[in-house]
Amino acid sequence: MGYTITEKILLAHTDRKSVAPGDLIDCKVDLCLGNDITAPIAISEFEKTGIGEVFDKNKIALVPDHFSPAKDVKSAEQLKILRDFAKKYKIKYYYEIGCMGIEHALLPEEGLTMPGDLIIGADSHTCTYGAVGAFSTGVGSTDLAAAYVRGRVWFKVPESIKFIYSGKPNKWVGGKDLILYTIGDIGVDGALYRSMEFTGDAIARLPMDDRFAMCNMAIEAGGKNGIVAPDDTTVKYVEETSKRSKKKWKIYKSDKDAVYSQVKEYDVSKLEPMVSLPPLPSNAKPVSQVKDVKIDQSVIGSCTNGRITDLRIAAKVLKGKKVHKDVRCIIFPATQAIYLQAMKEGLLETFVKSGCAVSTPTCGPCLGGHMGILAAGERAIATTNRNFVGRMGHLKSEVYLSNPAVAAASAIKGRIAHPEEVI
Amino acid sequence: MILKGKAWKFGNDINTDEIIPAKYLVTVDPKELGANCMDGIMPGFSKRVTAEDIIVAGKNFGCGSSREHAPISIKGCGISCVIAESFARIFFRNSINIGLPIFECAEAAKAITEGDEVEVDASTGLIRNLTKEQVYKAKPMPEFMQELIGAGGLMKWVVKKK
Repeated sequence: MGYTITEKILLAHTDRKSVAPGDLIDCKVDLCLGNDITAPIAISEFEKTGIGEVFDKNKIALVPDHFSPAKDVKSAEQLKILRDFAKKYKIKYYYEIGCMGIEHALLPEEGLTMPGDLIIGADSHTCTYGAVGAFSTGVGSTDLAAAYVRGRVWFKVPESIKFIYSGKPNKWVGGKDLILYTIGDIGVDGALYRSMEFTGDAIARLPMDDRFAMCNMAIEAGGKNGIVAPDDTTVKYVEETSKRSKKKWKIYKSDKDAVYSQVKEYDVSKLEPMVSLPPLPSNAKPVSQVKDVKIDQSVIGSCTNGRITDLRIAAKVLKGKKVHKDVRCIIFPATQAIYLQAMKEGLLETFVKSGCAVSTPTCGPCLGGHMGILAAGERAIATTNRNFVGRMGHLKSEVYLSNPAVAAASAIKGRIAHPEEVI
Repeated sequence: MILKGKAWKFGNDINTDEIIPAKYLVTVDPKELGANCMDGIMPGFSKRVTAEDIIVAGKNFGCGSSREHAPISIKGCGISCVIAESFARIFFRNSINIGLPIFECAEAAKAITEGDEVEVDASTGLIRNLTKEQVYKAKPMPEFMQELIGAGGLMKWVVKKK
Protein backbone atom coordinates (compact mmCIF):
# COMPACT_ATOMS: atom_id res chain seq x y z
CA MET A 1 0.00 0.00 0.00
CA GLY A 2 1.39 3.37 -1.00
CA TYR A 3 1.72 6.61 0.90
CA THR A 4 0.31 10.08 0.34
CA ILE A 5 2.74 13.00 0.16
CA THR A 6 1.70 14.00 3.69
CA GLU A 7 2.38 10.52 5.07
CA LYS A 8 5.78 10.44 3.34
CA ILE A 9 6.91 13.76 4.80
CA LEU A 10 5.69 12.81 8.28
CA LEU A 11 7.44 9.42 8.09
CA ALA A 12 10.69 11.05 6.97
CA HIS A 13 10.63 13.14 10.16
CA THR A 14 10.20 10.21 12.57
CA ASP A 15 12.45 7.36 13.66
CA ARG A 16 9.83 4.87 12.51
CA LYS A 17 9.74 2.42 9.61
CA SER A 18 6.12 3.07 8.72
CA VAL A 19 3.15 5.27 9.53
CA ALA A 20 -0.60 4.91 9.11
CA PRO A 21 -3.52 7.29 9.66
CA GLY A 22 -4.39 7.43 13.34
CA ASP A 23 -0.83 6.70 14.56
CA LEU A 24 0.46 9.11 17.19
CA ILE A 25 3.98 10.05 16.16
CA ASP A 26 6.82 12.23 17.40
CA CYS A 27 8.32 14.32 14.58
CA LYS A 28 11.45 16.41 14.07
CA VAL A 29 10.68 19.99 13.14
CA ASP A 30 12.52 21.92 10.40
CA LEU A 31 11.08 25.30 11.30
CA CYS A 32 8.82 26.63 14.02
CA LEU A 33 7.05 29.96 13.75
CA GLY A 34 5.50 32.30 16.27
CA ASN A 35 4.00 35.78 16.06
CA ASP A 36 3.34 38.65 18.45
CA ILE A 37 0.07 37.11 19.68
CA THR A 38 1.11 33.49 20.12
CA ALA A 39 4.84 33.64 20.87
CA PRO A 40 4.58 35.58 24.18
CA ILE A 41 2.78 32.58 25.75
CA ALA A 42 5.31 30.18 24.23
CA ILE A 43 8.22 32.27 25.48
CA SER A 44 6.76 32.44 28.97
CA GLU A 45 6.21 28.64 29.01
CA PHE A 46 9.71 28.07 27.66
CA GLU A 47 11.34 30.32 30.27
CA LYS A 48 9.38 28.60 33.06
CA THR A 49 11.20 25.35 32.28
CA GLY A 50 14.53 26.98 33.13
CA ILE A 51 16.22 24.96 30.38
CA GLY A 52 17.95 28.07 29.16
CA GLU A 53 18.68 27.14 25.55
CA VAL A 54 16.59 26.60 22.46
CA PHE A 55 16.98 23.43 20.40
CA ASP A 56 18.29 25.34 17.36
CA LYS A 57 18.37 29.12 16.96
CA ASN A 58 18.39 28.69 13.18
CA LYS A 59 15.07 26.83 13.10
CA ILE A 60 12.95 29.37 14.90
CA ALA A 61 11.14 32.20 13.13
CA LEU A 62 9.53 35.11 14.98
CA VAL A 63 7.37 37.45 12.95
CA PRO A 64 5.72 40.37 14.76
CA ASP A 65 2.95 40.97 12.23
CA HIS A 66 -0.42 40.95 13.99
CA PHE A 67 -0.56 44.09 16.12
CA SER A 68 2.47 45.75 14.61
CA PRO A 69 3.49 48.47 14.15
CA ALA A 70 2.31 48.49 17.77
CA LYS A 71 -1.30 49.59 18.01
CA ASP A 72 -1.20 50.47 21.71
CA VAL A 73 0.93 50.13 24.84
CA LYS A 74 -0.17 46.57 25.60
CA SER A 75 0.65 45.32 22.12
CA ALA A 76 3.96 47.21 22.24
CA GLU A 77 4.78 45.16 25.32
CA GLN A 78 3.91 41.91 23.56
CA LEU A 79 6.14 42.93 20.65
CA LYS A 80 8.96 43.69 23.05
CA ILE A 81 8.76 40.17 24.48
CA LEU A 82 9.56 38.78 21.00
CA ARG A 83 12.34 41.27 20.40
CA ASP A 84 14.00 40.55 23.76
CA PHE A 85 13.70 36.77 23.33
CA ALA A 86 15.17 36.96 19.83
CA LYS A 87 18.15 38.92 21.13
CA LYS A 88 18.66 36.74 24.20
CA TYR A 89 18.75 33.48 22.25
CA LYS A 90 20.24 34.91 19.01
CA ILE A 91 17.24 33.78 16.99
CA LYS A 92 18.27 33.99 13.36
CA TYR A 93 14.90 34.60 11.77
CA TYR A 94 13.44 37.50 13.72
CA TYR A 95 11.96 40.20 11.50
CA GLU A 96 11.84 43.73 12.83
CA ILE A 97 9.47 46.33 11.37
CA GLY A 98 11.02 47.43 8.12
CA CYS A 99 11.87 43.84 7.18
CA MET A 100 8.72 42.35 8.64
CA GLY A 101 5.94 41.06 6.44
CA ILE A 102 2.86 38.93 7.01
CA GLU A 103 4.39 35.67 8.21
CA HIS A 104 2.83 33.32 5.67
CA ALA A 105 3.92 35.48 2.75
CA LEU A 106 7.29 36.34 4.28
CA LEU A 107 8.70 32.92 5.20
CA PRO A 108 8.24 31.33 1.75
CA GLU A 109 9.69 34.46 0.14
CA GLU A 110 12.72 34.23 2.46
CA GLY A 111 13.27 30.65 1.33
CA LEU A 112 12.55 29.24 4.77
CA THR A 113 9.78 26.88 3.67
CA MET A 114 11.07 24.22 1.32
CA PRO A 115 9.52 21.15 -0.31
CA GLY A 116 9.66 18.17 2.04
CA ASP A 117 10.03 20.30 5.19
CA LEU A 118 8.00 19.76 8.34
CA ILE A 119 6.93 23.14 9.65
CA ILE A 120 4.83 24.12 12.63
CA GLY A 121 3.58 27.55 13.50
CA ALA A 122 1.57 28.95 16.35
CA ASP A 123 -0.83 30.44 13.85
CA SER A 124 -3.66 28.54 12.24
CA HIS A 125 -2.75 29.67 8.72
CA THR A 126 0.65 27.98 8.91
CA CYS A 127 -0.94 25.42 6.55
CA THR A 128 -0.09 27.94 3.77
CA TYR A 129 3.36 26.42 3.13
CA GLY A 130 1.83 23.22 1.82
CA ALA A 131 1.85 25.11 -1.47
CA VAL A 132 5.56 24.37 -1.84
CA GLY A 133 5.07 20.69 -1.00
CA ALA A 134 5.93 20.94 2.70
CA PHE A 135 3.96 19.45 5.57
CA SER A 136 2.95 22.52 7.48
CA THR A 137 0.36 23.01 10.15
CA GLY A 138 -0.86 25.31 12.87
CA VAL A 139 -0.35 24.46 16.53
CA GLY A 140 -0.75 26.30 19.82
CA SER A 141 1.68 28.33 21.91
CA THR A 142 2.49 25.49 24.31
CA ASP A 143 3.26 23.22 21.35
CA LEU A 144 5.64 25.93 20.17
CA ALA A 145 7.27 26.16 23.61
CA ALA A 146 7.74 22.38 23.65
CA ALA A 147 9.32 22.58 20.20
CA TYR A 148 11.71 25.29 21.42
CA VAL A 149 12.92 22.71 23.95
CA ARG A 150 12.80 19.46 21.98
CA GLY A 151 12.79 20.43 18.31
CA ARG A 152 10.01 17.88 18.03
CA VAL A 153 6.23 17.83 18.04
CA TRP A 154 3.57 15.15 18.47
CA PHE A 155 1.04 14.50 15.72
CA LYS A 156 -1.71 12.12 14.86
CA VAL A 157 -1.15 10.97 11.28
CA PRO A 158 -4.14 12.37 9.38
CA GLU A 159 -6.26 10.66 6.78
CA SER A 160 -6.10 12.46 3.44
CA ILE A 161 -8.74 13.81 1.12
CA LYS A 162 -7.75 14.13 -2.53
CA PHE A 163 -9.22 17.07 -4.42
CA ILE A 164 -8.96 16.87 -8.19
CA TYR A 165 -9.58 20.13 -10.05
CA SER A 166 -9.91 19.95 -13.82
CA GLY A 167 -10.53 22.47 -16.58
CA LYS A 168 -9.35 25.95 -17.38
CA PRO A 169 -10.68 28.56 -14.99
CA ASN A 170 -12.44 31.64 -16.37
CA LYS A 171 -10.86 35.07 -16.35
CA TRP A 172 -11.07 36.58 -12.81
CA VAL A 173 -11.24 33.12 -11.24
CA GLY A 174 -8.19 32.10 -9.19
CA GLY A 175 -7.04 29.93 -6.32
CA LYS A 176 -9.16 31.88 -3.83
CA ASP A 177 -12.32 31.03 -5.76
CA LEU A 178 -11.39 27.36 -5.98
CA ILE A 179 -10.87 27.13 -2.24
CA LEU A 180 -14.01 29.13 -1.33
CA TYR A 181 -15.99 26.85 -3.64
CA THR A 182 -14.42 23.77 -2.03
CA ILE A 183 -15.15 24.95 1.52
CA GLY A 184 -18.68 25.78 0.37
CA ASP A 185 -18.99 22.19 -0.80
CA ILE A 186 -17.52 20.33 2.18
CA GLY A 187 -18.24 22.79 5.02
CA VAL A 188 -16.13 24.38 7.74
CA ASP A 189 -15.45 20.97 9.32
CA GLY A 190 -15.48 19.01 6.05
CA ALA A 191 -11.79 18.18 6.38
CA LEU A 192 -11.59 18.12 10.19
CA TYR A 193 -8.33 16.48 11.38
CA ARG A 194 -7.56 15.51 7.78
CA SER A 195 -5.07 16.46 5.10
CA MET A 196 -6.31 18.26 1.97
CA GLU A 197 -4.27 17.32 -1.09
CA PHE A 198 -4.90 19.58 -4.08
CA THR A 199 -4.29 17.98 -7.46
CA GLY A 200 -5.41 18.08 -11.09
CA ASP A 201 -4.65 19.97 -14.28
CA ALA A 202 -6.30 23.14 -12.95
CA ILE A 203 -3.86 23.19 -10.01
CA ALA A 204 -0.93 22.56 -12.38
CA ARG A 205 -1.92 25.77 -14.19
CA LEU A 206 -2.07 27.87 -11.03
CA PRO A 207 0.79 30.22 -10.18
CA MET A 208 2.42 29.82 -6.75
CA ASP A 209 0.55 32.78 -5.27
CA ASP A 210 -2.78 31.10 -6.00
CA ARG A 211 -1.57 27.82 -4.53
CA PHE A 212 -0.57 29.67 -1.37
CA ALA A 213 -4.08 31.13 -1.16
CA MET A 214 -5.62 27.65 -1.46
CA CYS A 215 -3.41 25.93 1.11
CA ASN A 216 -3.82 28.95 3.39
CA MET A 217 -7.54 28.29 3.72
CA ALA A 218 -7.33 24.52 4.35
CA ILE A 219 -7.85 25.36 8.04
CA GLU A 220 -11.19 27.00 7.17
CA ALA A 221 -12.42 23.52 6.28
CA GLY A 222 -10.92 22.18 9.53
CA GLY A 223 -8.00 20.63 7.64
CA LYS A 224 -4.73 19.73 9.33
CA ASN A 225 -2.75 20.75 6.28
CA GLY A 226 -3.25 21.68 2.65
CA ILE A 227 -0.67 20.44 0.20
CA VAL A 228 0.25 20.58 -3.48
CA ALA A 229 2.89 18.15 -4.73
CA PRO A 230 5.84 20.04 -6.21
CA ASP A 231 5.97 20.46 -10.00
CA ASP A 232 7.98 22.66 -12.38
CA THR A 233 6.26 25.80 -11.09
CA THR A 234 7.28 24.90 -7.52
CA VAL A 235 10.85 24.08 -8.46
CA LYS A 236 11.24 27.35 -10.34
CA TYR A 237 9.92 29.18 -7.30
CA VAL A 238 12.15 27.49 -4.72
CA GLU A 239 15.23 27.76 -6.94
CA GLU A 240 14.74 31.49 -6.62
CA THR A 241 13.83 31.69 -2.92
CA SER A 242 16.53 29.23 -1.80
CA LYS A 243 19.15 31.70 -3.05
CA ARG A 244 18.34 33.75 0.06
CA SER A 245 18.30 30.94 2.59
CA LYS A 246 20.68 28.40 1.03
CA LYS A 247 18.22 25.76 2.17
CA LYS A 248 17.96 22.45 0.37
CA TRP A 249 14.78 20.62 -0.46
CA LYS A 250 13.39 17.20 -1.16
CA ILE A 251 10.47 16.48 -3.41
CA TYR A 252 7.82 14.01 -2.31
CA LYS A 253 4.81 12.91 -4.33
CA SER A 254 1.89 10.67 -3.48
CA ASP A 255 2.12 7.06 -4.62
CA LYS A 256 -0.36 5.87 -7.22
CA ASP A 257 -1.80 3.41 -4.71
CA ALA A 258 -1.91 5.89 -1.83
CA VAL A 259 -5.04 5.60 0.28
CA TYR A 260 -7.53 8.47 0.58
CA SER A 261 -10.51 8.62 2.89
CA GLN A 262 -12.35 10.63 0.24
CA VAL A 263 -11.84 11.86 -3.33
CA LYS A 264 -13.60 15.00 -4.60
CA GLU A 265 -13.60 16.07 -8.24
CA TYR A 266 -14.42 19.55 -9.47
CA ASP A 267 -14.70 21.00 -12.98
CA VAL A 268 -13.52 24.60 -12.56
CA SER A 269 -14.23 25.74 -16.12
CA LYS A 270 -17.72 26.92 -15.24
CA LEU A 271 -16.78 28.47 -11.92
CA GLU A 272 -17.52 32.16 -11.31
CA PRO A 273 -15.64 34.33 -8.84
CA MET A 274 -16.96 33.29 -5.41
CA VAL A 275 -18.08 35.34 -2.44
CA SER A 276 -18.46 33.88 1.06
CA LEU A 277 -21.26 35.50 3.00
CA PRO A 278 -21.04 36.04 6.76
CA PRO A 279 -20.63 34.41 9.20
CA LEU A 280 -18.77 31.38 7.78
CA PRO A 281 -16.33 30.82 4.90
CA SER A 282 -18.55 27.93 3.82
CA ASN A 283 -21.39 30.30 2.82
CA ALA A 284 -19.86 30.55 -0.65
CA LYS A 285 -21.93 31.81 -3.57
CA PRO A 286 -21.10 32.84 -7.16
CA VAL A 287 -20.70 36.63 -7.21
CA SER A 288 -23.61 37.01 -9.65
CA GLN A 289 -25.94 35.68 -6.95
CA VAL A 290 -24.80 38.26 -4.40
CA LYS A 291 -26.86 41.25 -5.43
CA ASP A 292 -27.28 44.73 -3.98
CA VAL A 293 -24.92 44.24 -1.09
CA LYS A 294 -23.60 47.72 -0.27
CA ILE A 295 -20.15 47.92 1.30
CA ASP A 296 -18.38 50.46 3.51
CA GLN A 297 -14.89 49.05 3.22
CA SER A 298 -12.79 46.92 0.88
CA VAL A 299 -9.68 45.23 2.26
CA ILE A 300 -7.13 43.84 -0.18
CA GLY A 301 -4.28 41.99 1.48
CA SER A 302 -3.66 39.37 4.22
CA CYS A 303 -1.80 36.05 4.30
CA THR A 304 -4.36 34.76 1.82
CA ASN A 305 -4.26 37.44 -0.89
CA GLY A 306 -1.61 40.08 -0.24
CA ARG A 307 0.96 38.79 -2.74
CA ILE A 308 2.18 40.46 -5.92
CA THR A 309 -0.17 38.48 -8.20
CA ASP A 310 -3.09 39.67 -6.07
CA LEU A 311 -1.96 43.30 -6.20
CA ARG A 312 -1.50 43.11 -9.97
CA ILE A 313 -5.06 41.86 -10.37
CA ALA A 314 -6.44 44.57 -8.06
CA ALA A 315 -4.49 47.25 -9.95
CA LYS A 316 -5.78 45.97 -13.29
CA VAL A 317 -9.34 46.49 -12.06
CA LEU A 318 -8.67 49.83 -10.33
CA LYS A 319 -6.49 51.46 -12.99
CA GLY A 320 -7.91 54.78 -14.11
CA LYS A 321 -10.98 54.45 -11.89
CA LYS A 322 -12.03 55.88 -8.56
CA VAL A 323 -13.04 54.16 -5.36
CA HIS A 324 -16.72 54.88 -4.61
CA LYS A 325 -17.18 57.94 -2.38
CA ASP A 326 -18.82 55.87 0.37
CA VAL A 327 -16.08 53.22 0.47
CA ARG A 328 -12.71 53.03 2.24
CA CYS A 329 -10.40 50.81 0.22
CA ILE A 330 -7.30 49.72 2.15
CA ILE A 331 -4.51 47.75 0.52
CA PHE A 332 -1.91 45.74 2.43
CA PRO A 333 1.07 44.48 0.41
CA ALA A 334 2.01 41.41 2.46
CA THR A 335 5.78 41.93 2.65
CA GLN A 336 8.36 44.64 2.05
CA ALA A 337 9.57 42.84 -1.10
CA ILE A 338 6.03 42.77 -2.45
CA TYR A 339 5.64 46.45 -1.51
CA LEU A 340 8.81 47.32 -3.40
CA GLN A 341 7.84 45.25 -6.42
CA ALA A 342 4.40 46.90 -6.47
CA MET A 343 6.14 50.26 -6.33
CA LYS A 344 8.42 49.40 -9.26
CA GLU A 345 5.51 48.20 -11.34
CA GLY A 346 3.52 51.37 -10.65
CA LEU A 347 0.78 49.47 -8.82
CA LEU A 348 1.02 51.66 -5.73
CA GLU A 349 0.56 54.75 -7.90
CA THR A 350 -2.53 53.18 -9.44
CA PHE A 351 -3.92 52.48 -5.97
CA VAL A 352 -3.24 55.94 -4.60
CA LYS A 353 -4.63 57.67 -7.69
CA SER A 354 -7.78 55.55 -7.37
CA GLY A 355 -8.25 56.75 -3.81
CA CYS A 356 -7.04 53.67 -1.94
CA ALA A 357 -4.99 53.80 1.24
CA VAL A 358 -1.84 51.66 1.07
CA SER A 359 -0.46 50.31 4.35
CA THR A 360 2.78 48.83 5.58
CA PRO A 361 2.50 45.03 5.94
CA THR A 362 0.33 43.92 8.88
CA CYS A 363 -2.43 41.41 9.63
CA GLY A 364 -4.30 44.50 10.90
CA PRO A 365 -8.01 44.43 10.12
CA CYS A 366 -8.22 40.77 9.11
CA LEU A 367 -8.52 39.75 12.75
CA GLY A 368 -10.09 42.97 13.95
CA GLY A 369 -6.72 44.12 15.26
CA HIS A 370 -6.22 47.62 13.90
CA MET A 371 -5.92 49.60 10.65
CA GLY A 372 -9.51 49.33 9.44
CA ILE A 373 -11.87 48.22 12.21
CA LEU A 374 -15.59 48.22 11.39
CA ALA A 375 -18.30 50.04 13.37
CA ALA A 376 -21.69 48.52 14.20
CA GLY A 377 -23.76 48.03 11.06
CA GLU A 378 -20.81 48.37 8.70
CA ARG A 379 -19.90 45.87 6.03
CA ALA A 380 -16.63 45.00 4.33
CA ILE A 381 -15.59 42.91 1.42
CA ALA A 382 -12.16 41.45 2.06
CA THR A 383 -9.63 39.19 0.41
CA THR A 384 -8.95 37.74 3.87
CA ASN A 385 -9.87 34.29 5.12
CA ARG A 386 -12.47 34.59 7.89
CA ASN A 387 -15.89 36.21 8.00
CA PHE A 388 -16.89 35.14 11.52
CA VAL A 389 -19.20 37.34 13.59
CA GLY A 390 -17.29 40.47 14.62
CA ARG A 391 -14.08 39.29 12.96
CA MET A 392 -13.17 42.76 11.63
CA GLY A 393 -14.61 44.82 14.44
CA HIS A 394 -18.02 45.34 16.05
CA LEU A 395 -20.16 42.25 16.63
CA LYS A 396 -22.78 43.86 14.40
CA SER A 397 -20.41 44.38 11.47
CA GLU A 398 -20.09 41.98 8.54
CA VAL A 399 -17.31 40.57 6.37
CA TYR A 400 -17.75 39.10 2.89
CA LEU A 401 -14.79 37.13 1.50
CA SER A 402 -13.66 37.30 -2.13
CA ASN A 403 -10.70 37.35 -4.49
CA PRO A 404 -8.79 40.62 -5.16
CA ALA A 405 -10.58 41.36 -8.46
CA VAL A 406 -14.02 41.25 -6.84
CA ALA A 407 -12.83 43.29 -3.83
CA ALA A 408 -11.41 45.95 -6.20
CA ALA A 409 -14.51 46.04 -8.41
CA SER A 410 -16.71 46.30 -5.30
CA ALA A 411 -14.64 49.22 -4.01
CA ILE A 412 -15.40 51.07 -7.24
CA LYS A 413 -19.11 50.23 -7.36
CA GLY A 414 -19.81 50.69 -3.64
CA ARG A 415 -21.51 47.28 -3.64
CA ILE A 416 -20.36 43.74 -4.23
CA ALA A 417 -19.63 43.56 -7.95
CA HIS A 418 -18.21 41.31 -10.66
CA PRO A 419 -14.97 42.68 -12.16
CA GLU A 420 -16.59 42.70 -15.60
CA GLU A 421 -18.99 45.40 -14.36
CA VAL A 422 -16.18 47.91 -14.13
CA ILE A 423 -13.74 46.81 -16.83
CA MET B 1 -11.34 13.57 39.13
CA ILE B 2 -15.02 14.45 39.26
CA LEU B 3 -16.15 17.67 37.55
CA LYS B 4 -19.59 18.94 38.41
CA GLY B 5 -21.51 22.02 37.36
CA LYS B 6 -24.30 23.68 35.44
CA ALA B 7 -24.36 23.35 31.65
CA TRP B 8 -23.99 26.32 29.33
CA LYS B 9 -25.17 25.35 25.87
CA PHE B 10 -23.60 26.58 22.60
CA GLY B 11 -24.20 25.61 18.95
CA ASN B 12 -22.03 24.30 16.11
CA ASP B 13 -18.80 25.84 14.79
CA ILE B 14 -18.16 28.11 17.79
CA ASN B 15 -14.95 29.84 16.69
CA THR B 16 -12.08 31.26 18.67
CA ASP B 17 -13.05 34.84 17.72
CA GLU B 18 -16.32 34.21 19.54
CA ILE B 19 -14.57 32.60 22.50
CA ILE B 20 -12.06 35.45 22.86
CA PRO B 21 -12.16 38.30 20.31
CA ALA B 22 -8.80 39.50 18.97
CA LYS B 23 -9.05 42.84 20.78
CA TYR B 24 -8.35 41.00 24.04
CA LEU B 25 -5.23 39.25 22.76
CA VAL B 26 -2.91 41.96 24.05
CA THR B 27 -2.46 40.03 27.28
CA VAL B 28 -1.63 36.48 28.36
CA ASP B 29 -3.13 36.85 31.84
CA PRO B 30 -5.66 34.01 32.40
CA LYS B 31 -7.85 36.12 34.72
CA GLU B 32 -8.07 39.02 32.28
CA LEU B 33 -8.74 36.64 29.39
CA GLY B 34 -11.27 34.77 31.53
CA ALA B 35 -13.17 37.98 32.25
CA ASN B 36 -13.81 38.33 28.50
CA CYS B 37 -14.52 34.68 27.73
CA MET B 38 -17.26 34.17 25.10
CA ASP B 39 -17.46 37.93 24.58
CA GLY B 40 -17.92 37.41 20.83
CA ILE B 41 -21.09 35.38 21.28
CA MET B 42 -22.44 35.97 24.79
CA PRO B 43 -21.10 39.22 26.26
CA GLY B 44 -21.10 39.10 30.05
CA PHE B 45 -20.70 35.30 30.08
CA SER B 46 -17.93 35.27 32.67
CA LYS B 47 -20.09 37.19 35.17
CA ARG B 48 -22.88 34.64 34.86
CA VAL B 49 -20.65 31.58 35.21
CA THR B 50 -20.34 29.87 38.57
CA ALA B 51 -17.04 28.11 39.21
CA GLU B 52 -17.01 24.51 37.91
CA ASP B 53 -19.75 25.14 35.32
CA ILE B 54 -19.50 23.18 32.08
CA ILE B 55 -19.67 24.27 28.44
CA VAL B 56 -21.63 21.94 26.16
CA ALA B 57 -21.44 22.57 22.42
CA GLY B 58 -22.11 21.09 19.00
CA LYS B 59 -19.62 20.11 16.36
CA ASN B 60 -16.28 21.76 15.50
CA PHE B 61 -15.97 23.66 18.80
CA GLY B 62 -13.02 26.07 18.83
CA CYS B 63 -12.58 26.39 15.07
CA GLY B 64 -10.62 29.28 13.59
CA SER B 65 -7.38 30.64 14.91
CA SER B 66 -4.66 28.87 16.89
CA ARG B 67 -4.92 31.27 19.82
CA GLU B 68 -4.30 29.36 23.02
CA HIS B 69 -5.97 32.33 24.68
CA ALA B 70 -9.27 30.57 23.85
CA PRO B 71 -8.91 27.53 26.15
CA ILE B 72 -6.99 29.73 28.63
CA SER B 73 -9.95 32.14 28.83
CA ILE B 74 -12.38 29.24 29.31
CA LYS B 75 -10.26 27.87 32.13
CA GLY B 76 -9.67 31.39 33.43
CA CYS B 77 -13.37 32.14 33.88
CA GLY B 78 -13.90 29.05 35.99
CA ILE B 79 -15.32 26.54 33.51
CA SER B 80 -14.31 23.03 34.61
CA CYS B 81 -14.53 21.25 31.24
CA VAL B 82 -15.97 21.35 27.74
CA ILE B 83 -18.17 18.65 26.23
CA ALA B 84 -18.75 18.84 22.46
CA GLU B 85 -19.84 16.73 19.54
CA SER B 86 -16.40 17.41 18.02
CA PHE B 87 -13.50 19.83 18.46
CA ALA B 88 -11.42 21.75 15.93
CA ARG B 89 -7.95 20.24 15.93
CA ILE B 90 -5.79 23.11 17.21
CA PHE B 91 -8.27 23.83 20.00
CA PHE B 92 -8.15 20.12 20.88
CA ARG B 93 -4.32 20.16 21.10
CA ASN B 94 -4.27 23.41 23.03
CA SER B 95 -6.77 22.18 25.60
CA ILE B 96 -4.79 19.02 26.27
CA ASN B 97 -1.53 20.95 26.35
CA ILE B 98 -2.76 23.46 28.95
CA GLY B 99 -4.81 20.98 30.97
CA LEU B 100 -8.39 22.01 30.16
CA PRO B 101 -10.39 18.77 30.26
CA ILE B 102 -12.42 18.22 27.08
CA PHE B 103 -14.77 15.41 26.17
CA GLU B 104 -15.98 14.39 22.75
CA CYS B 105 -19.50 12.98 23.09
CA ALA B 106 -22.20 13.58 20.48
CA GLU B 107 -24.89 11.98 22.65
CA ALA B 108 -24.22 14.25 25.61
CA ALA B 109 -23.85 17.31 23.37
CA LYS B 110 -27.30 16.67 21.94
CA ALA B 111 -29.15 15.59 25.09
CA ILE B 112 -27.88 18.11 27.63
CA THR B 113 -29.84 21.36 27.73
CA GLU B 114 -28.89 24.70 29.22
CA GLY B 115 -28.91 24.71 32.99
CA ASP B 116 -28.77 20.92 33.42
CA GLU B 117 -26.63 19.76 36.34
CA VAL B 118 -23.85 17.65 34.85
CA GLU B 119 -21.19 15.48 36.46
CA VAL B 120 -18.18 14.15 34.56
CA ASP B 121 -15.74 11.50 35.72
CA ALA B 122 -12.61 12.69 33.94
CA SER B 123 -10.80 9.38 34.28
CA THR B 124 -13.53 7.23 32.75
CA GLY B 125 -15.21 9.79 30.48
CA LEU B 126 -18.57 8.94 32.03
CA ILE B 127 -20.95 11.91 31.85
CA ARG B 128 -23.98 11.99 34.15
CA ASN B 129 -26.87 14.36 33.55
CA LEU B 130 -28.22 14.71 37.08
CA THR B 131 -31.18 16.82 35.96
CA LYS B 132 -32.37 14.42 33.28
CA GLU B 133 -31.04 11.30 35.02
CA GLN B 134 -29.13 10.15 31.94
CA VAL B 135 -25.62 8.74 31.47
CA TYR B 136 -23.42 9.20 28.39
CA LYS B 137 -19.96 7.87 27.54
CA ALA B 138 -17.32 10.17 26.01
CA LYS B 139 -14.82 8.92 23.42
CA PRO B 140 -11.78 7.64 25.34
CA MET B 141 -8.58 9.69 25.13
CA PRO B 142 -5.67 7.94 23.40
CA GLU B 143 -3.07 6.65 25.86
CA PHE B 144 -0.43 9.19 24.86
CA MET B 145 -2.78 12.09 25.55
CA GLN B 146 -3.68 10.59 28.91
CA GLU B 147 0.06 10.50 29.58
CA LEU B 148 0.29 14.23 28.77
CA ILE B 149 -2.66 15.04 30.99
CA GLY B 150 -1.27 12.79 33.72
CA ALA B 151 2.05 14.61 33.58
CA GLY B 152 0.21 17.90 34.18
CA GLY B 153 0.32 19.21 30.63
CA LEU B 154 2.74 19.20 27.72
CA MET B 155 5.49 21.34 29.25
CA LYS B 156 5.74 19.23 32.40
CA TRP B 157 5.93 16.13 30.17
CA VAL B 158 8.64 17.79 28.07
CA VAL B 159 10.75 18.67 31.09
CA LYS B 160 10.38 15.12 32.41
CA LYS B 161 11.53 13.73 29.06
CA LYS B 162 14.51 16.06 28.77
